[in-house]
Amino acid sequence: MTENTIPKSIKPLTKEDFESDQMVKWCPGCGDHAILKSVEKVFPKLGYKKENYTVISGIGCSSRFPYYMNTYGIHGIHGRAAAIATGVKLANPELSVWMITGDGDSLAIGGNHFIHLVRRNIDINVLLFNNQIYGLTKGQYSPTTPKGKITKTSPHGTIEHPFNPGELVIGSRGTFFARGVDMNPKLMTAIMEEAARHDGTSIVEILQNCVIYNDKTHQLITSKETRDDNQLIVEHGKPMIFGKNKEKGLYLNDSNRLEMVKIGENGITEEDLLVHDMHDPDSSLHLKLATLYPPEFPAVLGVIRSVKADTYDDLLKEQIAYEQENSPIKNMDDLLNSGDTWEM
Amino acid sequence: MTAKDNKVVERKDVVVKFVGDSGDGMQLTGTLFSDAAAYAGNDLATFPDYPAEIRAPQNTVAGVSGFQVHFGDKKIHSSGDLCDVLVAMNPASLRANLKWAKKGATLILDVDSFLDKYIERAGYESNPLEDGSLDGYNVIKAPVTTLTKKTIEGMKIDMKTALKSKNMFALGIMFYIFNRSFDTAFRFIENKFRTKPLVVEVNKKVLRAGYNYADTVEELQSVIQVPAARIAKGRYRNMTGNIATAWGLLAGAEKAGRPLFLGSYPITPATEILQEFSRHKSLGAKVFQAEDEIAGITSAIGAAFAGSLAVTSTSGPGLSLKSEAIGLAIITELPLVIVNVQRGGPSTGLPTKSEQADLLQALYGRNGEAPAIVLAATSSSDCFDYAFEASRLALEHMTPVILLTDGYLANGSQLFKIPEMKNLPEIKPPLAQQNDEHYQPYKRDPETYIRKWALPGMEGLRHRLGGLEKWDVTGNVSTDPENHQKMVEYREKKVQKVADRIPEQEVMGEASGDLLVVSWGGSKGAVLNAVTALQDEGKSISHAHFSYINPLPKNTEDILKGFKHIVVCELNMGQFVKYLKINFPHYSYLQYNKVQGLPFTEGELKTKFNQILEGVTG
Repeated sequence: MTENTIPKSIKPLTKEDFESDQMVKWCPGCGDHAILKSVEKVFPKLGYKKENYTVISGIGCSSRFPYYMNTYGIHGIHGRAAAIATGVKLANPELSVWMITGDGDSLAIGGNHFIHLVRRNIDINVLLFNNQIYGLTKGQYSPTTPKGKITKTSPHGTIEHPFNPGELVIGSRGTFFARGVDMNPKLMTAIMEEAARHDGTSIVEILQNCVIYNDKTHQLITSKETRDDNQLIVEHGKPMIFGKNKEKGLYLNDSNRLEMVKIGENGITEEDLLVHDMHDPDSSLHLKLATLYPPEFPAVLGVIRSVKADTYDDLLKEQIAYEQENSPIKNMDDLLNSGDTWEM
Repeated sequence: MTAKDNKVVERKDVVVKFVGDSGDGMQLTGTLFSDAAAYAGNDLATFPDYPAEIRAPQNTVAGVSGFQVHFGDKKIHSSGDLCDVLVAMNPASLRANLKWAKKGATLILDVDSFLDKYIERAGYESNPLEDGSLDGYNVIKAPVTTLTKKTIEGMKIDMKTALKSKNMFALGIMFYIFNRSFDTAFRFIENKFRTKPLVVEVNKKVLRAGYNYADTVEELQSVIQVPAARIAKGRYRNMTGNIATAWGLLAGAEKAGRPLFLGSYPITPATEILQEFSRHKSLGAKVFQAEDEIAGITSAIGAAFAGSLAVTSTSGPGLSLKSEAIGLAIITELPLVIVNVQRGGPSTGLPTKSEQADLLQALYGRNGEAPAIVLAATSSSDCFDYAFEASRLALEHMTPVILLTDGYLANGSQLFKIPEMKNLPEIKPPLAQQNDEHYQPYKRDPETYIRKWALPGMEGLRHRLGGLEKWDVTGNVSTDPENHQKMVEYREKKVQKVADRIPEQEVMGEASGDLLVVSWGGSKGAVLNAVTALQDEGKSISHAHFSYINPLPKNTEDILKGFKHIVVCELNMGQFVKYLKINFPHYSYLQYNKVQGLPFTEGELKTKFNQILEGVTG
């Protein structure tokens, strides 16, 4: 499959191989720092040649990312990272292409490119930093800002229904969706690695904190005090258990709705809980999991969906190989002299 | 070949126009007629003229589709002004096109369609066949529909399908008049309907029936002989501007040894470029039909970064949408060809009609100081040459090139002399060497200001590009005031330096005189014909037709100097003349502008030039 065509590094690489000499200019305390560190850890693990990583971004705080990595990269224009990355990957499938974007970049101005990237299933790894705010323009609401939130452009509270990135990805026939948080580097590196190994478009939503304009927006899910009761980290083949004392779980009732249950109450045992199957081609349960949100339910973290499907880049390669093999037109001279021609 | 004892009239060139409902197959009929003319050795130029709607209401003027072809025994530069023969399939198409027929032209009309309701729907107050309005024309009242029906009687085919072949009847009449062979048309029909042998039979039979009918018509007293053209010896094919554009870019990619990538979104009249590329995967062309115009160009920018000859094709509204991304390609200094097939604007404008009104947008339509190379093709067949040239300049100078064509060139066709790839110029992109210790992303050639192209995957050359201003040489992000000025100047000089590597501007005619006619891009044919005609009359008139717009050829001002008057002819309100005024303010310029979605006619140009010349001499 695609992954194997990316050349491997002969010598083992370390995170130092990917660290840039440029000053990182994100705010102190910004969640982006932790994400950068995680990526620097993941790249050497994947084992590709260091010249074959390409990092593409759009505009926004997150999109400064390529400047802070020692790889090939393009800091693009607002919203267009998905299309730029598409061109890079199609032109050279031997590159490990990473797209760094935010909730404004990919879900507002770049929404169109984002859904079509997902639909086409091009082998690109997307890290979508979701801080539910426009940071670089200093605090306007974004397409993921919770309804009612007061921001600089919603002084009386937003009157928009926010997007849930997972719902959008699954609705666009996404083959891979995972969610991490900037406060949990171990989980981030694990899902980034899974994303890289997945053939096709991998969307990794990272709940990221903007310390200046939207501080603590994910607090319920991420803070030490509340996270255990408000996050569920799913693992393939494992029951969906969470809570401080691992006492809570998810249960699918007879009306096909998810319920939060407690083990030991009403006769519920661990066996009654849902077991995560990230490879299930049927996306309906994945969709339910992606949309859960505190306080009624825990937010689901980890790899929610990872299914096999043809990738655009593989199919394009196949079509080209077939035509090159079978078409009588092998070069321009052949083409110029094909069809109806005559001497004068 | 003929039953009647017709006299043969020899003509140097002839203009023929086929018109009918947009579902009548006039484009196909015109194409088949042109192919037969080309096959017989005539040079030619064609001009399809069709409505924006796929099937506008039948038998209305709004739904008229036309195809004009000009062929002759010499080099044909334009599709011609007025036609010698008009084939009209219904009253609406006659009404819309009679003004484009010469006085005394032959009109071939399907009389079966001249029913009261259709005559009325066309907007006529009385039947033109009876009210004397066609007096002075050679009218052939052909019962095309009736005879088509009669021809296919007894064949096992439904009437609706069979009647679609009535355009073949009209074509048969034309084949008779011009004494054409059936070969090319038969070959086309056999190929197009290869899975439907009955349809092949019907079309061939109806074509022959039209031919035989013509042989019995008293009004057709003569057949017209147009001798083969005396043009350069070689192998030829018929080419539309859009196909020529696609092939020129493919040739550029092959010559440069870089794979071709096209990111595009369908838009009239540029869509055939996207379609054509998608047929040529065997040449390694990667075609990405994007979700919108912006994704078209930005995917191409990504592909350019990764080492492709990257292309995006569009028309005016699409060029507007691509503006910001063109700026990205300019600041990242990546090679990119943007093909803009101009159409009538603004906004959606006249999607199927031609105009030259995107020139200033191509030159200036971006934020910031954002110079791009701008070229303009001048004929359907030289779209190949300018597309190849656009590839060369983009790849060798590491910057975007905007290639302007227009709907008239794009859909029109001409004979194209097939080149040999080995004879086309070399294209050598400035690729960086792997592990070059001295590589820096914005280190430039001191003469040309060109930076090196380092591709992802190459060892030892990792770097980041982006839309933020960069430090000279290192390419790190910079907001330094002096550095920004320096980088702006470098980008401008880099484009201006291209003038060293393009041909000088040519003048057709004397280098000095009373009147210099200036034109650019797709209007060359009509202007050249008008100037040549006046030169033949002994007038002091010369012609400079521009294809290199930015930078202009170095000798441009030397040419302007030599004339008492300069008139700039454009299919817009005067954009190139504005550009000339900016660059050469010491000259005074007259203008001739037309914005009707139609090409210039030779006649109107001659009138204008004569007025100026009379003012000069009188």
